[in-house]
Amino acid sequence: MIVLADCNNFYASCERVFNPKLKNKPVIVLSNNDGCVIARSNESKALGIQMGEPAFKIKDIIIKHRVYVFSTNFALYGDMSSRVMSILKDESPLTEIYSIDEAFMDFSTISDYDKLAYKIKEKVSISTGIPVSFGVAKTKTLAKVANHIAKKYTTDNIFVMNDSVKILKKFPISKVWGIGRSNSSMLINHGVKTAYDFINLNENWVQQKMSIVGLKILRELKGIQCFDINDYPKRKKSICTSRTFPKDSNNLKYIEQAISNHATRCAEKLRKEKSCALHIGVFLNVNRFKNSDKYQNGFRTAMFEVATNDTMKIIEASKLLLKSIYRKNIFYKKAGVIMGDIVPQNQVQLHLFNDSSQDIKIKKLLENVDFINKKMGRNTIKFLAQGLAKREKLKQENLSPCYTTRWEDILKIDC
Amino acid sequence: MEKEKLSFYSLQDNGESLKKIHIYESGISAGFPSPAEDYLDVDLNLHRYLVKNPASTFFIVAKGHSMEKAGIGNDDLLVVDKSLKAKNNDIVIAVVNGEFTVKRYIDLNGKICLRAETEISNYPDIEISDSIDFEIWGIVTHTIHSNR
Repeated sequence: MIVLADCNNFYASCERVFNPKLKNKPVIVLSNNDGCVIARSNESKALGIQMGEPAFKIKDIIIKHRVYVFSTNFALYGDMSSRVMSILKDESPLTEIYSIDEAFMDFSTISDYDKLAYKIKEKVSISTGIPVSFGVAKTKTLAKVANHIAKKYTTDNIFVMNDSVKILKKFPISKVWGIGRSNSSMLINHGVKTAYDFINLNENWVQQKMSIVGLKILRELKGIQCFDINDYPKRKKSICTSRTFPKDSNNLKYIEQAISNHATRCAEKLRKEKSCALHIGVFLNVNRFKNSDKYQNGFRTAMFEVATNDTMKIIEASKLLLKSIYRKNIFYKKAGVIMGDIVPQNQVQLHLFNDSSQDIKIKKLLENVDFINKKMGRNTIKFLAQGLAKREKLKQENLSPCYTTRWEDILKIDC
Repeated sequence: MEKEKLSFYSLQDNGESLKKIHIYESGISAGFPSPAEDYLDVDLNLHRYLVKNPASTFFIVAKGHSMEKAGIGNDDLLVVDKSLKAKNNDIVIAVVNGEFTVKRYIDLNGKICLRAETEISNYPDIEISDSIDFEIWGIVTHTIHSNR
């Protein structure tokens, strides 16, 4: 059996662990720069607050119902996540961390799988205070379905799916893991409303329409395992760093600095993973609430001659790309750098005229920059293109303390 | 010549504020190295000593004087394990009606009360009845008190 453990309303639950006043109260967590809702407690869901909703749109609800609002505290959520994951890893034979709040576990060698699932679930919630839901089923895709049922329709947040037909008959196709928005509307147009309708389709037709991945999803829903549990972290296929500006901007210098900062972060991420990227893209987004013309968004990519993780090359390329998409009269909301075609750094295809002595010098330089920045804090050494101003402060008006990662922030209790 | 007893402390910042302490027991001698030396290099890791369950252990600062007789002073650092089940006489972090508190947990045949331990002023026992929203948050396993 495969188990999917998924923390309930994870970010909101993290805030609750250290703030018992929030029990049974509506809580929401906002994205970077306090933009949109990215987590909701059940009470907030009941108030009709939607995922991804911009905070300014729900101001009235927040005031009227005294919703507790938090800025994203990734130090806290990251630490709580690693606590949850370490328990799952200790207790299960094979664990794949799927996201900050989800993990798949392989229980194929365990006969008393439901007993073990209960035990682990209890242990996680007692040890960390984070409520977690368990879906147990034959495949990953079915475990996702089971987890959905566990969250929505059970009181103890655990569901072992032995008979899937009954459930798939009621499970909307759009909610099936891996069925994207366009595929689900295509399927609905063909009369496929539920997961059960889907598994009764002709396999060839599905493969033709939805590629091999669609076919795999179909088979997984039938109980045939097609997706393995990977207990090792995959090398990322692409890396992206982007941020919304605190205020919309048309200032090229300012945007250039933002892009250079994102480029630097991408390069750092690549070096940390010991990889290089061949493709780079830069994008600029306009505020879609102020501009009806979405074609004002800009995106352009380029390819390096040789895959690289050299900050200087990446900054240079990103600035060139930026200049080619930037238009003076448009106010931009967000900028970002994305890097693709990532290969391990020791498998980089060299090019005929590589100056390897120069490469080695730069490699050494960047190693030292990384070392110093790791020891003394990010951007202790930075590139001039990143600008001389102190790192731009995120708008985080409702940030909770970093209870578990900073001495000055740890929980204080009256006694 | 009698060998002087020397201890070496290698302070290594491992990214956290707690330092690793190595103690070499044999001291230094210029002559033949003790063949046992390799086996005597004991790694005393205070963090490991205090934190038995890393996933469920949290640090908390105590504020106030109600637990002074139990050895918990103002600003002392508490090591709290959330995974343990409260037993009679444990010191616990409890949540009473939405507020955190640090108290002695008394279980008299199922009758639960939380007791302060101080001479300074009177803190009445908090008796846990059904009308009180009550929860044990964690068990205080160690108290770290600075003497300076």
